[in-house]
Amino acid sequence: MAVQLEFLKSILYFSDLGLAELESIRKLVFEKTADRAEMVLLEGEPATNLYFVASGAVKVFKTSAEGKEQILSIVRPGESFNDVPIFDGGPNPASARTMGPVLLYGIKKNDMEAILRDHPRMALNVIKVLARRVRHLVSLVEDLSFRHVISRVAKILFEHIGGEMGRGPRLTQQEMAAMAGTAREVVGRSLKALEEEGAIKVDRHRIIITDKEALQKIMEVPY
Amino acid sequence: MAEMPIIDPEKCDGCGLCVGVCHCNALAIVNNIITIIETVECDWCTDCEVVCPTGAISCPFEIIIQEP
Repeated sequence: MAVQLEFLKSILYFSDLGLAELESIRKLVFEKTADRAEMVLLEGEPATNLYFVASGAVKVFKTSAEGKEQILSIVRPGESFNDVPIFDGGPNPASARTMGPVLLYGIKKNDMEAILRDHPRMALNVIKVLARRVRHLVSLVEDLSFRHVISRVAKILFEHIGGEMGRGPRLTQQEMAAMAGTAREVVGRSLKALEEEGAIKVDRHRIIITDKEALQKIMEVPY
Repeated sequence: MAEMPIIDPEKCDGCGLCVGVCHCNALAIVNNIITIIETVECDWCTDCEVVCPTGAISCPFEIIIQEP
């Protein structure tokens, strides 16, 4: 299947280019398909390609020495990933895994450099993409480093326990994130931490408070 | 009846991203709108909620306390 010019045009990188320019770039774009849960990038490996998601979704994440994952972003159609090492020459800063079947458009690192040289008008859009990435990551850094989110998530759970009369309000992770003033990715991590502490157990759509006292203790950590 | 993710048809733009990420085939596009197919295979991974660009899917948690 040929790479669609219309799709290329919808990517911010290329949105200011004309059809003739897109046509010349199209020749350098290759397709890559992957099934669910395939690793597309490995953190620390040499960076070879820039990718754009044409269909499906990709999770970009870091893994700790203990094997814990921290999601950095979910990449949806029209968005790119692995931009940073393509331009700074370093290794992949994060891993990427498909969340379902995906179609990716890739451009080799060397080809991307040539494209930028040939079409300098693109530079402003590339900067926009990288600036958005920095803004997103700065916000995530703030959440991860300065806020004791776990104690706030513990408090939210405690305050939303279903009463004897039946079901309490049900909360999505997004809603918990909004209440805790943090990102959804951080709530997911907090729930895992609370589970590891033995305070809760996540059982499908239920969060069961298994140790009320432990949860209260975590809540009392100042924030 | 298995508890399933909740769809807001008003918000759904039929992009189908959630169908691709659902590993238990619990989602399908019918008339350009996402429809839930009830299945006990759904393990509440919340990937469909995460990936939805319009916030049309929600996977809410019920919070209960385990009696000693």
